Amino acid sequence: MSKTVTLTIDGKQVTVPEGTLIVDAAKKIGVDIPVFCYHPKMQPVGMCRMCLVEVGRPVVDRATGQVVKNEDGTPQIRFAPNLMTACTTPVSEGMVVLTESEKAHDGHRAIIEFLLTSHPLDCPICDKGGECPLQELTMRHGPPQGRFPYEDKIHFEKHFPLGELIYLDRERCILCGRCIRYQAEIVGEPVIGFYQRGRATEIVTYSDPGFDSYFSGNTTDICPVGALTTADFRFGARAWELKAEASICAQCPVGCNIVFNTRREAKSGGRVVIKRVMPRQNEEVNELWICDKGRFVHHYTHSAERLSRPLMRKGETLQPVSWEDALRTAAEKFEAAGKEVLVLASGRLSNEDLFNLKALADGLGGRAVLYGDMGGGDLTTLVGVGQGTNLATLGAGDAILVIASDLQEEAPIWWLRVKQAAERGATLIVANPRATKLDTYASFVIRYANGDEVQTVLNLAKKTDKIGQAFAEAENAVVFFGSEGLGLEGSQRLAVACAHLLRETGHVGKPNNGLIGVWQRANDQGAWELGFEPVADLQAAFEQAGAVYIVGADPFGDGRLTLDGVKERPFLVVQEILPTPTTEVADLVLPAQAYAEREGTYVSGERRVQRFYAALPPYGEARPDFAITAAIGKRLGLDLEDGSAEKVFERLAVTQPAFENLTYARLAEVREQWPIVGRGDLYYGGTAYENRRGLGVQLVPAAQREEPVTLPEVQGEAGPRPEEDEWLGVPVTRLLDRGTTVLLSTLLHRRIGEPFVVVHPMAAERLSLAEGQKARLTVNGASAEVTVRVDETVSAGVVLVPRSMGLPLYEPMKVSLKAL
Amino acid sequence: MAYILLRHREIPDIHEIDVYEKHGGFAALKKAVTEMTPEQVTEEVKASGLRGRGGAGFPTGLKWSFMDKNNWPHYVVANADESEPGTFKDREIMERNPFQFLEGVAIASYAVGANRAYIYLRGEFWPIAHFLDEKIAEMEKAGYLGERLFGTDYSLHIYTHLGAGAYICGEETALLESLEGKRGQPRIRPPFPPSYGLYGKPTVVNNVETLTNVPYIIANGAQAYRQFGTEKSPGVKIFSLSGCVNRPGNYELPLGTTFRELIFEHGGGIPEGRNIKAIMPAGASSSFIVATDEALDTPMDYESVPNVGAQLGSASVIVIDDSVSMDWVVEKTIHFFQHESCGKCTPCREGTYWMRKLIERIRHADGTEEEVALLKDVAMQIRGKCLCALGEFSTMAVVSGIERFAPDFEKAVATSSPE
Ligand SMILES: Cc1cc2nc3c(=O)[nH]c(=O)nc-3n(C[C@H](O)[C@H](O)[C@H](O)COP(=O)(O)O)c2cc1C
Ligand code: SF4
Ligand code: SF4
Ligand code: SF4
Ligand code: FES
Repeated sequence: MSKTVTLTIDGKQVTVPEGTLIVDAAKKIGVDIPVFCYHPKMQPVGMCRMCLVEVGRPVVDRATGQVVKNEDGTPQIRFAPNLMTACTTPVSEGMVVLTESEKAHDGHRAIIEFLLTSHPLDCPICDKGGECPLQELTMRHGPPQGRFPYEDKIHFEKHFPLGELIYLDRERCILCGRCIRYQAEIVGEPVIGFYQRGRATEIVTYSDPGFDSYFSGNTTDICPVGALTTADFRFGARAWELKAEASICAQCPVGCNIVFNTRREAKSGGRVVIKRVMPRQNEEVNELWICDKGRFVHHYTHSAERLSRPLMRKGETLQPVSWEDALRTAAEKFEAAGKEVLVLASGRLSNEDLFNLKALADGLGGRAVLYGDMGGGDLTTLVGVGQGTNLATLGAGDAILVIASDLQEEAPIWWLRVKQAAERGATLIVANPRATKLDTYASFVIRYANGDEVQTVLNLAKKTDKIGQAFAEAENAVVFFGSEGLGLEGSQRLAVACAHLLRETGHVGKPNNGLIGVWQRANDQGAWELGFEPVADLQAAFEQAGAVYIVGADPFGDGRLTLDGVKERPFLVVQEILPTPTTEVADLVLPAQAYAEREGTYVSGERRVQRFYAALPPYGEARPDFAITAAIGKRLGLDLEDGSAEKVFERLAVTQPAFENLTYARLAEVREQWPIVGRGDLYYGGTAYENRRGLGVQLVPAAQREEPVTLPEVQGEAGPRPEEDEWLGVPVTRLLDRGTTVLLSTLLHRRIGEPFVVVHPMAAERLSLAEGQKARLTVNGASAEVTVRVDETVSAGVVLVPRSMGLPLYEPMKVSLKAL
Repeated sequence: MAYILLRHREIPDIHEIDVYEKHGGFAALKKAVTEMTPEQVTEEVKASGLRGRGGAGFPTGLKWSFMDKNNWPHYVVANADESEPGTFKDREIMERNPFQFLEGVAIASYAVGANRAYIYLRGEFWPIAHFLDEKIAEMEKAGYLGERLFGTDYSLHIYTHLGAGAYICGEETALLESLEGKRGQPRIRPPFPPSYGLYGKPTVVNNVETLTNVPYIIANGAQAYRQFGTEKSPGVKIFSLSGCVNRPGNYELPLGTTFRELIFEHGGGIPEGRNIKAIMPAGASSSFIVATDEALDTPMDYESVPNVGAQLGSASVIVIDDSVSMDWVVEKTIHFFQHESCGKCTPCREGTYWMRKLIERIRHADGTEEEVALLKDVAMQIRGKCLCALGEFSTMAVVSGIERFAPDFEKAVATSSPE
């Protein structure tokens, strides 16, 4: 334990660790010292001077070293002549702090008055109004009347875009520097900065496109005024009109805790719609942050294209039918197919949906397949990170290996937390076939050729070099494995090799140790827990089936399935929220509710089971996935739960050992977290929401339950290698891809850009291509026009192709690339 | 009295290395490096009572002894930003007696175990930076800088660095930020540079003049230095005299010389028989001293000047005579500080602008008595709340001007009218 210090703040005693700042010590006992520039997640800078307090210290007799006492025996206190900034002054033994004295109040009043001399006070049209620290502190501490003439105010052009996502109002900016420091200190992408000095100072962006960072939206939460607003929410609604409901971001396996702010509005035809997505504090998952995809991708929920009624094929077209007809037809077709039913579901679905789907498939003796092309989930259930894992506690003495994954693109908040662990001293090993942004923070970068994935892990396991030794000797070690350059089988093999490495070095079955899959979808891990697995040859499985039930997946759009050359097509039931190429070829389409319209749970990549709640009313006749499946099941005489998500979860918890003893109530439990945010004082932590609806519970992996863990044998090669005179197309994940939900965001599609490929300079030369040139990429007969980018860290025989570009490239395959 | 600092006034061409050598140059450096331990050098400077000439008057040897010995490397930085209006002493030293300054930098570096020293010059001093670069090269060639000096293990390199022309970069932590390539804005202190300085490493920042005293102290001993000046402010000081005097310029005099002697004997008095009205002893950052007989007879040392309501600071003595109205001077100082406020902290950034608006109204528009009172109020409201001393400096002339020369402001209000 570190030393503690006891002091008195406004007459209340508090004992805190040595080195604590006065402002934080006060916060712990409910004394809210006003702040603007200070933020508990960042280094103090003492710029705004709002937190001025009176500080006294016991008088020490120089000769004796003893504290001088008053007549009544209390220590004599000498107050500093000037007020001091509570955000930069560490506590000391016996200190006396006055935050409400007349002198302190004078200080607060002075700073507010100064700030308001250059503030436009346009609260009535400001998005921050109602949740604005400046407004709040002006009411609390400001002078009753300003003495600065309005006509002397400096005016700037308002609504200055820092990029297309974030707008700056330079008049409102109080130059606290939080946004700049957030980007520099926390994200490590200093793309915005101060320009000019004195009163002419303004925020500018240095990047092209402007404010080029996946974390930019967070600055709008910590900006203490309405200077930074998102293009999404700007002039969208007043803060006090919004309802808040807790949810989980469904865009990647991190599982960030969020809040949906909703409002019923005439503008949207009287419907309740999501106005914005805000972070919800979970210090073990996302702290106070979310990425821009999570923040801005919500528009699809109220897309005009949403499926609202069941549809049945009548000849060439799909015609609306009643639920009764739809469910009956589905049941009849599934019954007829019996063992030949194929359920194809994705990790976009909740555990409850997947549980019922599995029960349906099992009940019929059919097959339940996970949609996707990444393996290894069986291993994360065995040697996944132990219960109690928190990346924020990894640091010096610990090790993290990231392999075959571009973490910032695939799971931004993990990237952030891994980066911070490295900055705290953790040994970070980044192994990839090309450069990624995480390399900057790595202690060791391993660049392997495509195909050497398993060998790379085996080399580490030999402990013959300092990288292997560093990993083996680490007190705690976590491995993030992805699937870049690997198909299903390859990623499975890589996962096996990683599992062995972890076990051989004693890094399993404990908190902060184990394997994490960088999955493609939010609940892939949950699907594996519930017994879903992908298949190698999806097309064959499809063709062999008598009836196919596709839920939450678009294999026809992704090029994973085709009807070309299929002689006898199975009856196809598709359950979806939006029309897709897959619903277009369906025989029966069942409209599902978006997850924001219902309850459920997901399992994050760190195997944390987390609840989400219904933030929106149902859309049209759409129903929750689990309920649709249960309704079909009932018609087949199967006992499936359709009452509520909670009831499904109760069943799930008794049948799945990993979920033993879990209940919705337990998942909703909260503890006090530090820093304390989201209460009456938005100026301290920003507008991120306090977590009141559940921190979730991490599953216990088999290795931690002390069950015998048998790992499969390590198999030789993982991914394919480029052959002589051949180009190997490798799909890579980009955060902002051309996926359905992203394309429907009214904002993000501008960041997606044109389809492109990345090749090595030598490859470009051989193909007579140059950076920026147009080319035609052909895969399996399908082709697309792409822009060429050149990167010398890419292997020479490889063409990197972003996913979801409309090409049937979901795992490494031969491609051809020709100049246009 | 022979010069200690402005020796070029007696020895022409002392900026040539052989001339400097011939007049005892580098003997102190050699003595320090070959015959003394770093601690002995620091002790000698401590014993001399030398205090910082950059403004704050902090004891130099004591500052050196604060260097954190558990954190390496150490750096020495010479503050050659000289931007205080009315200050022009460092410039003369560097232009005319450069080797003595560089020798001082080298001795200080040896004393604190720094193998690198930087000279941070204001941007306008670029010709001086080039000149110093040449002088540094000559010293390297002659073996006074570079690797293994005088055959010992001690090595030292000195580099010059130009700022971009900002008064705030004379403040030591803003200077360090700027030297690191960042925006020149002050850091929170503590920690002070001797524990957290350049690149976060222990650093001594000293003014040019401060360092130029050091060779004399090492060559002749602390006691020799103490024969000049007063008990608490020993040694000599260069007074930059400007304003309403007949002979403005730099005057090297013992600390404790009276204002009267400086202004009337050395400076030749007030032009055209006018009367002295006020003195700003520390450039634009000063409070005004009312030029009474008592004030004129006050010794210029660190302890005495506060008795007449100001600070000695960098001893840039600006003389104001009775042809000048104080509201005019106050407008000039406010203008300067508003222009130079770095903008990092609220009271200075907003307050200086507010004061500027007020003084403009008072002097050039329909200003009122209330606005004069408000101006003083705003200045008082800035005080004690800023992140660095600049904000505080900006209020000195304002408050003392309004308090001590009220009639000037009354007149300004009475006679000003909208333009
Ligand atoms: C606004 C401001 C400007 C300053 N400008 C200078 C300067 O131009 N030159 C200088 O030597 N010190 C300047 N100082 C003082 C330095 O911060 C520092 O105290 C000094 O360089 C220390 O050296 P010394 O101990 O040798 O005086 C300035 C201080 C402030 C607050
Ligand atoms: S934009 Fe907001 S966060 Fe950034 S400096 Fe201005 S007030 Fe602070
Ligand atoms: S990191 Fe992942 S879970 Fe978190 S907000 Fe971004 S997409 Fe959503
Ligand atoms: S007092 Fe003025 S110069 Fe100093 S930090 Fe504050 S704004 Fe900058
Ligand atoms: S100075 Fe403490 S909060 Fe800004």
